[in-house]
Amino acid sequence: MIELDNIAYSYGGGELLSDVSLKLAPGSFHFLTGPSGSGKTTFLKLCYGALTPTSGQVQLFGKDVRNMTRDDHAMTRRQIGVVHQDCQFLDHLPVRENVALPLTVSGRETLEQHSNLKELLSWVGLGHRANALPPELSGGERQRAALARAVIMSPDVVLADEPTGNVDWEMSQRLLQLLVELNKMGKTILIATHDLNLIRSAKHHVQARVLRISGRKLQLAGADL
Amino acid sequence: MSKKLRLSSLIVGDAQADRVVPPTGFTARLTLFAAGAMAFLTVFALALSLASGRLAARWGAELAQSSTLRISAPAEQVGAQTAAALAVLESTPGVASARALSAEEQRGLLAPWFGPDLPIDSLPIPQLVEIVETEEGYDVAGLRLRLQAEVPGAVLDDHTRWRRPLERAAARLRLLGLVSIGLIGAAIAAMITLAANAALAANSQVISVLRLIGAQDHYIASAFVRRFTLRALSGAFVGTAIGALAIFLMPSAQEDGGFLTGLGFEGAGWFSLLLIPIVAAVVAYFATGSAARRTLSELT
Repeated sequence: MIELDNIAYSYGGGELLSDVSLKLAPGSFHFLTGPSGSGKTTFLKLCYGALTPTSGQVQLFGKDVRNMTRDDHAMTRRQIGVVHQDCQFLDHLPVRENVALPLTVSGRETLEQHSNLKELLSWVGLGHRANALPPELSGGERQRAALARAVIMSPDVVLADEPTGNVDWEMSQRLLQLLVELNKMGKTILIATHDLNLIRSAKHHVQARVLRISGRKLQLAGADL
Repeated sequence: MSKKLRLSSLIVGDAQADRVVPPTGFTARLTLFAAGAMAFLTVFALALSLASGRLAARWGAELAQSSTLRISAPAEQVGAQTAAALAVLESTPGVASARALSAEEQRGLLAPWFGPDLPIDSLPIPQLVEIVETEEGYDVAGLRLRLQAEVPGAVLDDHTRWRRPLERAAARLRLLGLVSIGLIGAAIAAMITLAANAALAANSQVISVLRLIGAQDHYIASAFVRRFTLRALSGAFVGTAIGALAIFLMPSAQEDGGFLTGLGFEGAGWFSLLLIPIVAAVVAYFATGSAARRTLSELT
């Protein structure tokens, strides 16, 4: 689904990532860790085509990102749900409409999905906040709304950048459970986090592999977590 | 999606696509106002070119339908030459009627210059023959040749000399009106482009959110295009209506009134006003579309 072949990425001066290769197989569950500034967010952006590698090849669903048109990218993003660290919304629309936005822009808004939306919102604990505007939400609520928005299209892949950064332990367990459920339905999950407790608790529910970025390389972490 | 489908969804309206861009009261009002003002000016430019077009046609038609034959000959030959000229004219295809002016009529024509007491009989005044043409007109060069042969003292004046400069002036006036309309249209396009660029820049966060969740460029663009097209349409409609009212309320033209009072619309001319808001909307549609495509292609 997502294949990175020997890629490197550098910002202006220095190289951030080099010799990175990874194949995200359908139905796999990965964690991505590493010190802050090590390139976790950059790595995720490479995975959904927001950034093009300086060298090497990235293939999304069998297509080389370098040959993808803007519309190809748009279609790819309907198959890859992304939760950003700084979740952005349309501030003039209520949470309910923001979460349903991917359906709206792809013209797939249906009544059936309307009830899914309700269910999804209550799952992420935002049932009572459905009509609030995004600026009225707390940091944790925003992250939950972003997660709901990322999964509403039932994408093949979910990429999440610190999805539990601002939520309490109980809520982070709940969000993790949602992602595990999605994984059991065959979705591919990649979560960037520095929360090792989250990774440990996940291991009880799902067979997750842990990737670590250190020294510009991507390594498969040992079982010592 | 086909262009046709996109256009129809633009008119019918994709309320949801419209909602994704937050409403902006101030630029909306500015766009409305500018489109209205431009449409108002267009009404006058259009009135000018239509009126000058009518004027040129009228002058041309009035002068073209008649011409004059002047017969200068020794006094004893005038009668014979006049009769010969009338005979020639009557047998000329394209001449509806020909009539020699009487002495009184000729005196009347000269009175403004020489006074009423002119002893016209004692002066060698040329005999004038008024020729009225049919719709098709006659062959001027052919008639000249025949007259030369049969009536040596006749000079044919088909008024071309007078008509041409008047027609040229009126045509130039109409051209100026059309150029003004073109400039106004270009100014609307420029203004809408600026407003659309401002709106696109102000909504960069909205655009990046939409891109992130998989909205295609045409979806994002349509939200802006629809908005500006409708604003231009409604603004221009109001401006046109006010301009038309102003023209309608102008003091009505007298029968032989000057050019200024002739400024206005006649009959089908009023319907040409309906084109103003439509053209403004079309201009806004393309201006916003190209501005949006340009802005979006610069984003990742």
